[in-house]
Amino acid sequence: MENIIEVKNISYQYPSSTSKALDNLSFSVTKGEWVAIIGHNGSGKSTLAKLLNYLLVADAGEILIDGQLVNEANMWTVRNKVGMVFQNPENQFVGATVADDVAFGLENRGIERERMLALVPAALKEVQMDVFADREPTHLSGGQKQRVALAGIIAVAPKIIILDEATAMLDPKGRKEVIAAIRKLKDRLGKELTVISITHDIDEAADADRILVINDGQLVEEGTPATIFSSGQRLLALGLDVPYAEQLKLALKNLDVDVPEEYLDEERLVQWLWQLNLKM
Amino acid sequence: MSNMIIGRYVPGNSIIHRLDPRAKLILSVSFIILIFLANNWLGYLILGLFTLLAVASTKISLAIYLKGLKPVLWLIVFTIVLQLFFSPSGHVYWAFGPFTVTNTGIINAVYVFLRFLFIILMSTVLTLTTQPLALADALEYLMKPLLKIKFPVYELSLMLAIALRFVPTLMDETVKVMNAQRARGVDFANGSIVKRSKAIVPILIPLFVGAIQRAIDLGDAMEARGYQGGENRTKFRVLAWQRRDSLAVLVFMCVLVILVGTRFLM
Repeated sequence: MENIIEVKNISYQYPSSTSKALDNLSFSVTKGEWVAIIGHNGSGKSTLAKLLNYLLVADAGEILIDGQLVNEANMWTVRNKVGMVFQNPENQFVGATVADDVAFGLENRGIERERMLALVPAALKEVQMDVFADREPTHLSGGQKQRVALAGIIAVAPKIIILDEATAMLDPKGRKEVIAAIRKLKDRLGKELTVISITHDIDEAADADRILVINDGQLVEEGTPATIFSSGQRLLALGLDVPYAEQLKLALKNLDVDVPEEYLDEERLVQWLWQLNLKM
Repeated sequence: MSNMIIGRYVPGNSIIHRLDPRAKLILSVSFIILIFLANNWLGYLILGLFTLLAVASTKISLAIYLKGLKPVLWLIVFTIVLQLFFSPSGHVYWAFGPFTVTNTGIINAVYVFLRFLFIILMSTVLTLTTQPLALADALEYLMKPLLKIKFPVYELSLMLAIALRFVPTLMDETVKVMNAQRARGVDFANGSIVKRSKAIVPILIPLFVGAIQRAIDLGDAMEARGYQGGENRTKFRVLAWQRRDSLAVLVFMCVLVILVGTRFLM
């Protein structure tokens, strides 16, 4: 398996801070993987996102993206390979209209206009925002703006997409739409796209192939969603929410109900629940 | 906030709306210069007819134009009064202390009034029928010669476009901050001017802090999307000069020639 991201012993400290935001952190991501990075506020996960894209420069350690060292000389090729969706929908909308915003990344890469005229509508169609092409950002909801941001990334076709708390400021409906759009994209591109989703929304993390738990700038746990969520108490201790299904399981356990050990999503928990009394 | 000057664009599909923003920008500016060429009633009549033609062909109701005149009404009145009472030469109709009303004074007052009227109407035609962003594009195109002296034309026009794009965002934020403070008992509408001005300061601080945070975020987002400055960028939005634009310039040239003609005739 080819590693598309390799993070080796990186540390970072903000100039105004007394403690390290990231402390000797190492991990790797294989090509085509969907990895969720979870941690409470201030755990260093957004700092990590910015380091991957050379928006911040690590104090120590090195990062390899697609075999290329992330440094000043390579920063623009690295940024070509990594698309980022940020947290605040309003503050990443550069263009005056939806189509202009999607075209921004293409303009930066010097793509001829004829190709843009084909790429922009295609990217908007992918996130189902094509009818809004001429809209101004003021007339869009947060979820719609995030989908436009995603379209802007789809248009430039990077190998890696980093979602830096991309759904944190959205209402539940907008959140579902954005996650659905990403999942659709991932299904279409398969192994060609690697997704890093930085979040404290546990339900979003449950979609990932693998979860990394970060606390105080260090990797504290790593595993599939099932194994991570089954240690519910530990997550709570790290200041993280446990998925609703897992909370219910915990409550049942406290009532001396014999619950399965492995992680169940809501659907499978319902399946298990309705069969529970049949077995008795 | 609906009576803001910026973004007064009224959507429409009239011939003026469809003109190239470059044509509109050049012609509006030239028209303002042209006005000062008129020195007799025939010239003003021709300019008046041309202005009315432009206003009428926008198909926007006259009420909106009159609203545009309102903010500068006092300036116009002041200038007219100045012209009317302080003209030193000509036949004196009425005099009281330093105030004299003469025939040249009356004529000058009328001319000044007409100049103001035409300039405001024409620039209103420009802003009502042209999206601010299209104007920014036009400005970028017209400033291109300045690239030769290393003037950052592309950066400036992107700055202008982003500023325009964030006007509604920041206005929303202002309303939010004001509402939050109203909910805590701040009164913006009553009290003396000093008291009301003092109430503004606590609005500005969160607004500035918010705007700076936005700017930082936007900078990150732009860099992440590969923005490296103006050079080597292609443009998604392009302006297309069409026959009707050349025609508009032609009409304008005719007015210019006739106007110059009246100077010799009268």
